[in-house]
Amino acid sequence: MQKTYRIRKGLNIPMKGEAEKVFTRADQAEAYAVKPIDFAGLTPKLSVKEGDKVKAGESLFFDKYRPHIHFTSPVSGEVVSVVRGEKRKLLEVVVKPDANQEYVEFGKANPKELSREQVVEKLTQSGVWPAIKQRPYAIVANPEHTPKAIFISGFDTAPLSPDIDFAVKEEAEAFQAGIDALSKLTSGKIHLNLNPDFPSSSVFSKAKGVQYNYFSGLHPAGNVGIQIHHIDPINKGDIVWTINPLEVIIMGRLFLKGVYDATKVIALAGSEVQKPRYFILKSGASIANIVSENLTQPAENLRFISGNVLTGTRIAANGFLGYYDNMVTVIPEGNHYEMFGWALPGFGKFSVSRSFFSWLMPGRKFKLHTNYNGGERAYVVTGQYEKVLPMNIYPVHLIKAILAKDIDKMENLGIYEIAEEDMALCEYVCTSKTEVQAIVREGIELMVKELG
Amino acid sequence: MKALRNFVDKIKPNFEEGGKLAMFHSTFEAFETFLFVPNKVTDKGSHIRDAMDMKRTMIIVVMALVPALLFGMWNVGYQNALSTGADTEFWSLFFFGFLKVFPIIVVSYVVGLGIEFAFAQVRKHEVNEGYLVTGMLIPLIVPVDIPLWMVALAVAFTVIIGKEVFGGTGMNIFNPALIARAFLFFAYPSHMSGDYVWVAGLSKGEGIVDGFSGATPLANAAAYQIDKIPTALEMFIGTIPGSVGETSTLAILLGAFILIFTGIGSWKIILSTVIGGLSMGLIFNAFAVNPFMEIPAWHHLIMGGFAFGAVFMATDPVTASQTEKGKWIYGFLIGVFAVLVRVFNPAYPEGMMLSILLMNAFAPLIDHYIIEANISKRKKRAAKAAKIS
Repeated sequence: MQKTYRIRKGLNIPMKGEAEKVFTRADQAEAYAVKPIDFAGLTPKLSVKEGDKVKAGESLFFDKYRPHIHFTSPVSGEVVSVVRGEKRKLLEVVVKPDANQEYVEFGKANPKELSREQVVEKLTQSGVWPAIKQRPYAIVANPEHTPKAIFISGFDTAPLSPDIDFAVKEEAEAFQAGIDALSKLTSGKIHLNLNPDFPSSSVFSKAKGVQYNYFSGLHPAGNVGIQIHHIDPINKGDIVWTINPLEVIIMGRLFLKGVYDATKVIALAGSEVQKPRYFILKSGASIANIVSENLTQPAENLRFISGNVLTGTRIAANGFLGYYDNMVTVIPEGNHYEMFGWALPGFGKFSVSRSFFSWLMPGRKFKLHTNYNGGERAYVVTGQYEKVLPMNIYPVHLIKAILAKDIDKMENLGIYEIAEEDMALCEYVCTSKTEVQAIVREGIELMVKELG
Repeated sequence: MKALRNFVDKIKPNFEEGGKLAMFHSTFEAFETFLFVPNKVTDKGSHIRDAMDMKRTMIIVVMALVPALLFGMWNVGYQNALSTGADTEFWSLFFFGFLKVFPIIVVSYVVGLGIEFAFAQVRKHEVNEGYLVTGMLIPLIVPVDIPLWMVALAVAFTVIIGKEVFGGTGMNIFNPALIARAFLFFAYPSHMSGDYVWVAGLSKGEGIVDGFSGATPLANAAAYQIDKIPTALEMFIGTIPGSVGETSTLAILLGAFILIFTGIGSWKIILSTVIGGLSMGLIFNAFAVNPFMEIPAWHHLIMGGFAFGAVFMATDPVTASQTEKGKWIYGFLIGVFAVLVRVFNPAYPEGMMLSILLMNAFAPLIDHYIIEANISKRKKRAAKAAKIS
């Protein structure tokens, strides 16, 4: 009998606009971009300038402090713009694709026959490496570390999230090659965490060289951070790595085909998408052509999110899919006033509390918008965060330790086990409208700075 | 609605930085957000937010108080009618009580909110909604015959000394409503205790029916006049003398249901307080040496302010224990001490107030040990892992 971890604390937010299980191969996008801001804590250094020609897999920028880690172009074409923000912070490197795609040749190889150094070199050169994240801190892994284990979450429980089993279904060979490559990187196990409530794709269930773990229950059961906490929690000094299955497939292709082929299956979802469905496209693609003609309202009334509604990044209607993201969500903006909104019965408002009459309609799905639904306040209500954080951690005390910049206390209260995505639901439910995820990231950055 | 919105937008610039009326910014903001949920949208982090906010939370608590308030108004009239032998027609009783209680509510809100607005303005904060609940709680826990100037003084004391000196809503250590009551209790004991203050008009002593006693059940018990204690049913329904809102356990249970069902009040605290009170009552029953110790343990739950305190005071999240395990300990000890103080200290027949204030002071300590246990567990785990590798 397999052991199943049941996640009882959490919340599935019932939203409208789930993607229908239909694949559409997206046309080549107008432009592709790699965004340094996708990689928390990275100091990028450009290796190209505007007007340069690049091939798919050629470096666009690299990590200033670990110069062998490259971030490469998903397509071949011309670097058309380097977008900078305040203080000249690098935001996007945009590549306009050629009609004929050329790839940098990294050479086919069977990862099982390569040494660890060779595997690392291939991954860092090709731009696949950043897919591997390190815990603690949820930052790009350091190739010099040997992680205690590698964790892969085989399912996603976030609102409207794509069905990963569906997204990987034709990629068994690449997935296995990716697993083989990963096995060179760790001395420990590769954990593949699945949801026993649905039959898993054979891509997962027939994978070799992995340790299966089973998680069922409410979101965030699918978050790899929550899974690590239950399987083998991170202690001070531990390092483990995480990677999501779609990236494992891209990694596998690097070895099977010898090129950086960043094609992945993503979901386009949300209440404002006319036909929510799955698209096959390349990482970093502009979303313009998949959302155009597919929206229910003019784009200025909408919020486009690369990723899910809890943790994703706000992008423009012609913005770019993030490196780690496997979905695009479109929801209405909430930039309107509502008269006596706090006093109305609220039949159409979803709340984790039962203070709106929407509890009369269980099973109903909601059209949620981006309004704060209230003003920021000091902490008053207690016990809310604990209900949606399935970890043995005191979230409010941790947040307060971060705000006080008390490193010892942060460490003692479990900052190593947390990434902002794990506490995204705390931010969602917060009556005081606290910016939980931003605070957690601040704390992590402080830890990185002080302890390295 | 559109016209009102346009009007608000038109006058808004006056209240912003540099405007003529910028000194009333917080006040304007409070009224604006009262009329309209702001149009502010998320930027980073979670793009969607729960529909619940502080205004909704507080208004639900106020709604949960309404049954106790309405019953309290009627009971004020009913007790007065009993004492004077007047007519007991429902509406006239209610109206009599309404006229007695409503001024207390008005004074409580006007004085309290006035001070809150002033502090928010000076601190350039938004006005917090916390006082909406406190301002309703205070009229419900004072005797009906209290002079209005005393209410005003107590409210000013509690808002300034009980809350704002700590940093405002969310930062206070003691339950503000109970601070107000404690202030009155110690500053003006003659208006807060004894047998004459609980029934409207009784302290003046005019036209009182012969033999009528305005003593509360707790006072009877403390005086060992067990035969004078009303029946359990009367105490449960609430047709007894007492503070305005505390007498009817039935009305309070309705409020408790609202709080627990909506998830706003902590059922753990309510339940553990009841368990604590019952346990102490049973211990007294077992070792009873006087008539007060002999009264059935469960009678403590329907006498005096026990139910009201357990449901509306102990559950105040700011001053209660903040950890879920801590809430069990916190509530249990409130129950224990409430009954202990009642029975063993005849000077303070209402043990609930003192018991909750005492546990407010200890709640951070309870939390401290719970958090330390979590920390040491984490450290042990790390040490164990280090040993293996």
